[in-house]
Amino acid sequence: MIAVLYARLRRFVDRVLTRPRLDLPLAGALAAVAATGLLTLYSASDLDLGTVLNQGARFVLGGALLLLISRIPPATLRTWTPWLYAFSVLLLVVVAVMGEGRGAYRWLDLKIVRFQPSELLKLTMPMMVAWYLHPRALPPSWKHTAVVGALIALPAGLIAEQPDLGTALLVAASGAFALFLSGLSWWRIGALVGAVAAAAPVAWHFMHEYQRNRVRMFLDPEADPLGNGWHIIQSKIAVGSGGVFGKGFHHGTQSRLEFLPEHTTDFVFAVFSEEFGLIGVCALLALYAFIIGRSLWIAMNARDTYSRLLAGAIAMSFFVYVIVNGGMITGLLPVVGVPLPLISYGGTSAVSLLTGFGVLMSIHAHRKLIES
Amino acid sequence: MMFRKDQLELPAPRRSAGPSTRKRLYLVGMLLALAATGLVVRALDLQVVRKDFLQSQGDARFLREIPIPVSRGTIFDRNGEPLAVSTPVESIWANPQEVLEHAERLPALAKALGVDAGDLEQRLNQRADREFVYLKRQMSPEAAQAVLALGIPGVNEQREFRRYYPSGEAMAHVLGITNIDDRGQEGLELAFDDWLAGKPGLKRVIRDRLGHTVENVELVREPQPGRDLALSIDRRIQYLAYRELARAVQEFDAKSASMVILDVRSGEVLAMVNQPSYNPNAVGASPPAARRNRAVTDVIEPGSTMKPFTIAAALESGKWKPNTPIDTSPGTFQYLNHTIRDTHNHGLIDVTGVLTYSSNVGASKIALTLEDSHLYDMFRRFGFGASTGSGFPGESPGLLPEVRAWNGLTKVTLAYGYGLNVTVLQLAEAYAALANGGRLRQPSFVKGADNPANAVLDPQIASTIVKMLETVVSPEGTALKAAVANYSVAGKTGTSHIASGGGYEDKYVSLFAGIVPASAPRLVGVVAINDPQKKSYYGGFVSAPVFSRVMDGAMRLLDVPPDNVRRWYTGGPDVGAPISPSSPPPDYAPGSTNYEEGGTP
Repeated sequence: MIAVLYARLRRFVDRVLTRPRLDLPLAGALAAVAATGLLTLYSASDLDLGTVLNQGARFVLGGALLLLISRIPPATLRTWTPWLYAFSVLLLVVVAVMGEGRGAYRWLDLKIVRFQPSELLKLTMPMMVAWYLHPRALPPSWKHTAVVGALIALPAGLIAEQPDLGTALLVAASGAFALFLSGLSWWRIGALVGAVAAAAPVAWHFMHEYQRNRVRMFLDPEADPLGNGWHIIQSKIAVGSGGVFGKGFHHGTQSRLEFLPEHTTDFVFAVFSEEFGLIGVCALLALYAFIIGRSLWIAMNARDTYSRLLAGAIAMSFFVYVIVNGGMITGLLPVVGVPLPLISYGGTSAVSLLTGFGVLMSIHAHRKLIES
Repeated sequence: MMFRKDQLELPAPRRSAGPSTRKRLYLVGMLLALAATGLVVRALDLQVVRKDFLQSQGDARFLREIPIPVSRGTIFDRNGEPLAVSTPVESIWANPQEVLEHAERLPALAKALGVDAGDLEQRLNQRADREFVYLKRQMSPEAAQAVLALGIPGVNEQREFRRYYPSGEAMAHVLGITNIDDRGQEGLELAFDDWLAGKPGLKRVIRDRLGHTVENVELVREPQPGRDLALSIDRRIQYLAYRELARAVQEFDAKSASMVILDVRSGEVLAMVNQPSYNPNAVGASPPAARRNRAVTDVIEPGSTMKPFTIAAALESGKWKPNTPIDTSPGTFQYLNHTIRDTHNHGLIDVTGVLTYSSNVGASKIALTLEDSHLYDMFRRFGFGASTGSGFPGESPGLLPEVRAWNGLTKVTLAYGYGLNVTVLQLAEAYAALANGGRLRQPSFVKGADNPANAVLDPQIASTIVKMLETVVSPEGTALKAAVANYSVAGKTGTSHIASGGGYEDKYVSLFAGIVPASAPRLVGVVAINDPQKKSYYGGFVSAPVFSRVMDGAMRLLDVPPDNVRRWYTGGPDVGAPISPSSPPPDYAPGSTNYEEGGTP
């Protein structure tokens, strides 16, 4: 019995390694961004090899997951989806219970690895929405829209209570993207947005003062000039100081002298911009644009609704991360804790992103045979 | 449009390719292009258009220009003895935010600094928004090292220099003091601050957010160490003068005192001491009044020490000769309802006798024969009523009323030294001019200053007056106690009432101004002892002995050839017997009033 299972597992692993079902252009672009990320981290951490190795290990883990998932057909993923969703929501509840009485509790300590369950939702959320909408008539009716709304609201609410309003919004957005791609009519979108806008003051009225403060902090972080306002100023200086050609590797003064906060995590793009200049920024953005474009292309050519909505939602989430982070470090958008995908130092994000691309690879491998 | 199409597509078959999804994906693609363009435009804006501004902003954050401390120049006396030296010390400063992050180490830090832990924490908390706070200044390098050895982040040292004055109280007034930043605050430290201080260098460094210097970029300005300064002061004579003056102040229970010694030939100040004094190495403990260099900042009425200048005008007018007789009987003189008094009736004396016996009546009668402007001009020529130009901070110019401000009595009182204010230094300068053949030289505190001499009096008249003044330091004169063994001394006593309010109280300044050796003048010394309470208040009794003792030592120290040996040891014609400094003054009766009370109406 065990021997049989072992033999099957071994065959699967062999297949993963020998005949990975990868979209090579996308995989190449991801590898290029990851390499850029490691290089930038090496500089931003002041040539600390430990940081780079840590991050590299995460890339290896994420890459392994990517290879693994790319072999799993979307149909199989679809059948697992409700369980994965339920599992990740359960983890959120566990975290919420364990974190009782503490300030902010987002981490689940598995002794070997620590990860944020909320990060898991970034993938399982669009999966769930896609799973739900898959067998329905599209665009979804009011009823189905309402169910999807509930599916989104539950985990988002749990995450918001952690409190991590930023991640809650991103998770909610990843589900909403799938809903959006399902062809939800514009007037319904308008109506939903209107309803949320109308509900906001009511919710505000029922919130505790500390909850209101969190919202205020989220909406206007620059109100605290020594905190986030300082971040934005230093970040803009770092970006601008780079000029066209940049100051060169490990010559960015803003981060090296610790004027730039969070320079290995959320603000790593500023370090990159200072050291590699406009040319580097354009090249990196081009890489990102290619990854997103290619993902959208995969979504377009996906075989079924589930795959299409999921691939599209993953692509859109990735897109939003890049734009929000880029907007933040250039001072166009407020400071929210959104890391730059595959470049910012941080384990859960890197692994979950690569896992998402594993799903994309799988969808690509099982695309429609006739191009439409 | 979309609205209608969506509606139309409603009945589309399940799992259709969903053209609406395709449209949405295209839309997302377009948004992507738009957003990417937006980011690139923003990057262009920051990295090209506003690059210079942002770069300068960045530079402003980490490029700092910091001074390189330089050592203050040493002050030497004329023989190269150090009088004020700067020694390196360390000041401990901290970045409060950084230190407060390690609050648990504050007690250890406080202990090493020798301050109270609570105070330290409060101090840091109060300044938590700053990046620089002195924790303790001017520690010994060993103590500073002990603090740094704790390795507390945010605690740094800064090299500074502290001033030490090896001569202590004796030199305090002349040298003055520096403040904690090593800048001159008083005295010559202030007067020569630019010379002594040098120019701190300036270097541009890169500092990180926490204020740590990461890298030296460039030297902006070469540090210019302070230059040394050699004073005209002779430390040995200064010590001697300080000791003797302090002794006299104690002996006569005086309030304050000053003494100035000038080199006649160069105008250099060889000694300038005051009582009370203070310890310049621990200034805080001393009252401000003790810190005044009274010899230049305070004025006195010179009294009889002015008579030689009145006589100078008399001789210059041609109406008087040293031996012109003048009747001072009966020892008083009525003039404009005022009585001018001598100590006692000197009877018929000559002009020399006016000086020898210090006759106010004689001086008054002589003055009445002189033009107002002549007397005024003579005083002005000798520097009265104007700053000596020594450059000493806070120097008083004294006060000599102009002729048009005189009333009928002014000329008479000026003749014996009332109605004007002078500093001890001014008096010394004027006597030095007499001793120097009538050539006035600006006094100087710097060795080898070589100030030009201005002829203010005919050399003949000047030397005549010096000869006349020799009679003062004789058994007949008022200042036998000023005599210096083996040297001839010319000088003049003065005992002036201290003016207060509108009149004169029963307080006196005891003065002696002298020249030694009289035959070939080298030194001039002026001693002023203010408000002696015990024993006596006469210049010849209180101040003259100080002059004698100090000059006795100074002559030896300067190796001045004696000019009076023969007369001293052989009992020559001029002096009948060896002079005993302890013999009582023969020429005045203690207790009698020397001067008209309330000299000016």
